[in-house]
Amino acid sequence: MDRRGFLRNTGFVAAGALFVPTFMKPLEAMALDELSLYKNLVVVQLSGGNDGLNTVIPYGNDIYYQKRKGIAIKPEEVIKLTDMQGLNPNMAALQEIHDQGWMTIINDVGYPNPDRSHFRSMDIWQTGSESNQFLSTGWIGRYLDSNCQTCKFPYTAIEVDDSLSLAMKGQTKKGIALKDPAALFRNTNDPFFKAILQNDKEHLDEDNLGYLYKTMIETSSSASYIQNTSKVYQSKATYPQSGFANQLKTVSKFISSGLKTRVYYVSLSGFDTHVNQVQQQGNLLKQYSEGMAAFLKDLKTNNKLEDTLVVTFSEFGRRVEQNASNGTDHGTANNMFVFGGRLKKQGIFNDAPNLSDLDTGDLKYQLDFRQVYGTILDKWLDVNNADILNKKFNTLDFI
Amino acid sequence: MSAKDNFFKVKHLYNRAGFGIAYTDLHKLSKKNIGKVIDNLLKQPQEADDLTLIDSVVSKQQLLMQAGLYAKKDLTDEEKKQRQEIVRMQNEKSRDLNIAWVEKMINTPTPLREKMTLFWHGHFACRSNNPMFAQQLNNIQRANSLGSFKTLLVEVSKSPAMLQYLNNQQNRKGKPNENFARELMELFTLGRGNYTEQDIKESARSFTGWMYDKDGSFIFRPNLHDTATKTFFGKVGNFDGENIIDIILDKPETAEFISRKVYKFFVNDKPNELHVKELATAFFESKYDIAQLMKKMFTADWFYAPENVGSKIKSPAEFLVGLSREFYVTYNKPQVLIQLQSSLGQYLFNPPNVAGWPGGQSWIDSSSLMLRMRIPSLVLNDGQIDFSGKADPEDEAVIAQSRTATANANIKIKPKSFVDAKADWPKFLGTLPKGIKPVELAEFLLQPKLTDKIAAMVGNNAGLRNTSVEIASMPEYQLC
Repeated sequence: MDRRGFLRNTGFVAAGALFVPTFMKPLEAMALDELSLYKNLVVVQLSGGNDGLNTVIPYGNDIYYQKRKGIAIKPEEVIKLTDMQGLNPNMAALQEIHDQGWMTIINDVGYPNPDRSHFRSMDIWQTGSESNQFLSTGWIGRYLDSNCQTCKFPYTAIEVDDSLSLAMKGQTKKGIALKDPAALFRNTNDPFFKAILQNDKEHLDEDNLGYLYKTMIETSSSASYIQNTSKVYQSKATYPQSGFANQLKTVSKFISSGLKTRVYYVSLSGFDTHVNQVQQQGNLLKQYSEGMAAFLKDLKTNNKLEDTLVVTFSEFGRRVEQNASNGTDHGTANNMFVFGGRLKKQGIFNDAPNLSDLDTGDLKYQLDFRQVYGTILDKWLDVNNADILNKKFNTLDFI
Repeated sequence: MSAKDNFFKVKHLYNRAGFGIAYTDLHKLSKKNIGKVIDNLLKQPQEADDLTLIDSVVSKQQLLMQAGLYAKKDLTDEEKKQRQEIVRMQNEKSRDLNIAWVEKMINTPTPLREKMTLFWHGHFACRSNNPMFAQQLNNIQRANSLGSFKTLLVEVSKSPAMLQYLNNQQNRKGKPNENFARELMELFTLGRGNYTEQDIKESARSFTGWMYDKDGSFIFRPNLHDTATKTFFGKVGNFDGENIIDIILDKPETAEFISRKVYKFFVNDKPNELHVKELATAFFESKYDIAQLMKKMFTADWFYAPENVGSKIKSPAEFLVGLSREFYVTYNKPQVLIQLQSSLGQYLFNPPNVAGWPGGQSWIDSSSLMLRMRIPSLVLNDGQIDFSGKADPEDEAVIAQSRTATANANIKIKPKSFVDAKADWPKFLGTLPKGIKPVELAEFLLQPKLTDKIAAMVGNNAGLRNTSVEIASMPEYQLC
């Protein structure tokens, strides 16, 4: 056997039976009825701090126009949803989604003592911590740790990316990151990799070496499972040409082929618009909306929209007043988009942010982001949110 | 004790106290008494060994200019360009600084000092977008890495990088900012549960007026300092920052907290509380002499106990530096070192938060493990990189601008890139004894005890070079 393939990154060998110790045997043993009624959550991260006020525009409020003379979206350009708020014109693709009742916007979501550093605030959103608390596990990771009925497999949470976000890392369990299921499958089926795992019973302890082997085994069995389940599915939908749309297309392929994954994580970056914001943010919102619309319609076609909930967040919103460079600086509370076929409240969930009652130029939050997480955990992922968020958060009525 | 025992002891010591050891050095040191080896390791050259990449004169000028530009309300186009140019240069210099340190770790003749610097870098975790501040803090951590913990703590507390990062610049009489005071106790000294919220408030007041001036030097501003009486851990007085640090160091909990962290970094993720206690007592009695603490640990029998050998997961920095040292790697495009750090989850100078990198098993998930196992062949065989990793959130503004610049903004095209590194194989192979068997090579390169399976895997192989790459690609190579 030529084990060098792995080392040269050229080897490809068809799937073979991989030795997996029985106590780690994944879903092969699982009864089918356990898997029915599968609900998926898709988390979309907009990195850099998306300017919420130029995404969902409070065109009914004069203060918005006073504070943003150089970058405000004119009322006639706004895609109006209510008398007060409407969408950025680059988000036209979402009009239809809104009209179908597949979208709700949660206004003014934040947390106490907001942090304006990208890194720290992203940390807070991904871990679900207080702003003066440092957690080394993510909120989805802790959901995996909770070992609930629906979250026991390593592929329970998949991030479509090269590396895994903190949000997806628990104490004992972690999600899996992959951009291309075929590539991961190739790597784990490389002869060298397989030779390492072959008949390996001696390393399956709780120590660090055991942990490395366990991770390899799980990666390998997940890669096979994901590849073998999803490769048969061919999507007929057309997606726009963008990296973001590609990620969603991969997620749709996974969902539509019936993968038993519960959480998917994708991200789109470039939202830190300090300078000449209008065009930059416009491009990104267009990518976001067109990708999202294609994704939701694709799911609808495959009868999966009812079983899917999409939630979008960014680490913070931006300041109400624009800066001198026709951009905006780091702010606080922000809106979140929720999509799905089973929304309880559609359109706009709560009041638009109050622009006349600010905290040193920043929005005051109405809802804590952990209430949104808590609602999803309780009502969609069927776990008690207090077990994951370290205290009980009141749920909201959007699902 | 047999020579073979000593061989493994020295190897373990150098893996933990440094980044591995060359076979020839190991062979030589194995003949010495381990106590002597430890003394030698702890013997530090007197002269400073600073990173000097960032020119402080140029940086200070930039800082002044930047402050001037930020103060202005309406900027001309020329001034806007200037401001962007400064940010661009700072980002570039920050990356250069990162590479300079990694290369220093790879090439250092004093590995313990760099390893300690890496430890303090994670302990006093800090981010600064000003490369001069970052370099200064790194040099403080290196210069005091084996000296007095008190001196280290005071100097870190006075460094512009930390004053800025933990908002002491905003900590003023009548308007205290508690950020620094809280982390000082929670993360730098006592640990959670050993102080009250009231202690934080009083300590914050004591640090009012600790700031840096506009050219980046520490300055105490008496007019911003709260001179009223404070009550801190039951003591009453008109305390300043250094008084607070003294009171904190008077508490044995501080010695214990630092000892536990040192133990977890150098010995085992799971602390043995008896051993921690032993270290803490010695550390406290030595009045916080870091070298004494390290000596106590390296000379303890339990340091060499089987459960503490080959049982720690290498951090990405340890892994990359160790691999590069082991095979004498030179990087023609050293930027790749940054890409590797960030893909593996430890981008130096950019810790996730002030608590530092959590370490241990959190380094490993499916993708990071797959990547770690591929890196030896990428680096040693100049392979092609097909992963891109995530953008650092601090780089989002740059990404935002470059996207508008590209006409085809919404299509992400990533050219394939090569590691473009070169291992010095003749040098590496030259260090090995003549006629070394593949199994012996594995025994040397790997820290965990060799299993029959690994022996069988390397046994039927042709060529030491390929065998070395294979060994470095095994899960066992992730441990030290």
